[in-house]
Amino acid sequence: MNALSIENLYKTYGSGFEALKGISLDVREGEFFGLLGPNGAGKTTTIGIITSLVTKTAGKVKVFGIDIDDDFPAAKRLIGVVPQEYNFSIFEKVQDIVTQQAGYYGMPYQQAMAHAEKYLRKLGLWEKRSVSARELSGGMKRRLMIARGLVHEPKLLILDEPTAGVDVELRRGMWTFLEELNRDGRTIILTTHYLEEAEHLCNTIGIINHGMLVENTSKRELLRKLDMETFIFETSAPVVSLSPLENVSFNLIDETTVEATKSKARSLNEIFIHFEANNVFIESMRNKSNRLEELFLGMVEK
Amino acid sequence: MKANLISLLSIAKKEIIRIFRIWVQTLVPPVITMTLYFIIFGSFIGSQLLDIGGYDYMAFIAPGLIMMSIITNSYTNTVSSFFSAKFQRNVEELLVSPTPNWVIVLGYVVGGMSRGLSVGLLVALVSLAFVRLPLYSLTYAVLFAVLTSFVFALAGMVNGIFAKKFDDISIIPTFVITPLTYLGGVFYSLALLPDFWQIVSKANPIIYMIGGFRYGFLGITDISVWLGVVMLLMFSVLLFIVNLFLLDKGYGIRT
Ligand SMILES: Nc1ncnc2c1ncn2[C@@H]1O[C@H](COP(=O)(O)OP(=O)(O)O)[C@@H](O)[C@H]1O
Ligand SMILES: [Mg+2]
Repeated sequence: MNALSIENLYKTYGSGFEALKGISLDVREGEFFGLLGPNGAGKTTTIGIITSLVTKTAGKVKVFGIDIDDDFPAAKRLIGVVPQEYNFSIFEKVQDIVTQQAGYYGMPYQQAMAHAEKYLRKLGLWEKRSVSARELSGGMKRRLMIARGLVHEPKLLILDEPTAGVDVELRRGMWTFLEELNRDGRTIILTTHYLEEAEHLCNTIGIINHGMLVENTSKRELLRKLDMETFIFETSAPVVSLSPLENVSFNLIDETTVEATKSKARSLNEIFIHFEANNVFIESMRNKSNRLEELFLGMVEK
Repeated sequence: MKANLISLLSIAKKEIIRIFRIWVQTLVPPVITMTLYFIIFGSFIGSQLLDIGGYDYMAFIAPGLIMMSIITNSYTNTVSSFFSAKFQRNVEELLVSPTPNWVIVLGYVVGGMSRGLSVGLLVALVSLAFVRLPLYSLTYAVLFAVLTSFVFALAGMVNGIFAKKFDDISIIPTFVITPLTYLGGVFYSLALLPDFWQIVSKANPIIYMIGGFRYGFLGITDISVWLGVVMLLMFSVLLFIVNLFLLDKGYGIRT
């Protein structure tokens, strides 16, 4: 069962700006999915569409098999969302914010109170329950939104950059909390522009840039790809034969051009020795840029 | 259905908590203003005036002033609360939930009515210090108070949906509602106006709301009470549909 399934999603904003240009992705139930991308990639827009804050221009979205065009309320009941920007009333009390939200999902007050207590305690906010939200620190406000997003026990929790601007220690605590939620069987989708965060938490990673999905793969596969480097060698004579070499894949582009993709562990010296052993002589060499790595460098520089 | 009821009550409760949290802004000012009206128009000036329809001037304006408070406060509450929910973005709490739009409208309207009717009740209590107000028909008084409050809370909601900046929440109250209320028979009987102005006044819907409400207390009226009821029901339905239409379109709330 897919917790979320997005097909050919397009969004053009009123301004004419095309924020999503045909995104398709699936998130399986129980997965911890990371949606990575630089600022402006379209992460928040995608989440906005799933949670009805943004209207899609075209495409299909299904939540646990429910098409949002058929029964959005039923889909919404299964989703909890923690937005990127604070979106509660700063004048309301912490506990009221959480119990009201439960009420909006139709949960009777007694139950709402019990759930609010459970999550406010888990997130270290129970002592602050009677304080108005404006008195909370930045990290507490973020945790308040997590408690609010969980109060109706959604099967799918979506967090939009939950650790942006949260200091390192708190970030670790939040990671542990999210890992626990996921272990209890809750599907989690998280957007981030920290590779480290996705690496730590997620088992599947989608990378989005300029409104397009650049990559959608398991974490292991992604890390492997990032670890690979490709070089292009021009040889002085046509290559007759080239024996295989462990951890390197050779690709003959034309008679005198060889492409070699190697893991970073393998040294170039070894490749040159291998060429020499095969009677292949190199005239020149250049580095072929790694799309993914460039993208990540771009994200980190921000 | 039960879920919708719980959601409706949650919105209404949040609104009521808000009204009492900022009671210095919501409940106190109208009571002070209306007390001043009672003192100045009722006691100082009113004592110099002739009776209207057999009632002294104070008894005549008391229902008008109560109704004026109900109108203003029902409207102000929904417009400012909904605008503030858009401004602080906490309206998203509702939008991401399965709460249907008609429940959102009703929830905010119940909030507006809570403020409008509470202030109305407070002003009615204040009026007792100045005049022994008769009660001709409780049914009419309550019917007009509730329907008028409902209509203006709905109207405030429409304004709240359209409002894009703080100024937008006071334009309609300042330039439309306040003038129409002052000209709506709070302070005078239509019979005192020249024929021409009587006819013009009858195009002002607020005349019927205040007139019907006053009828509930004094049993006298210069308008058709039934026309007032019909008009309020029509406005209720119309404004409710406008609200639903705007929210269904996502106007001002979804991008
Ligand atoms: N309401 C809007 N109107 C016009 N453009 C918008 C709107 N919201 C977002 N955008 C644009 O859409 C693009 C994607 O934004 P967003 O989804 O917020 O990206 P991300 O969350 O990945 O940083 C950005 O270029 C942004 O400027
Ligand atoms: Mg974003």
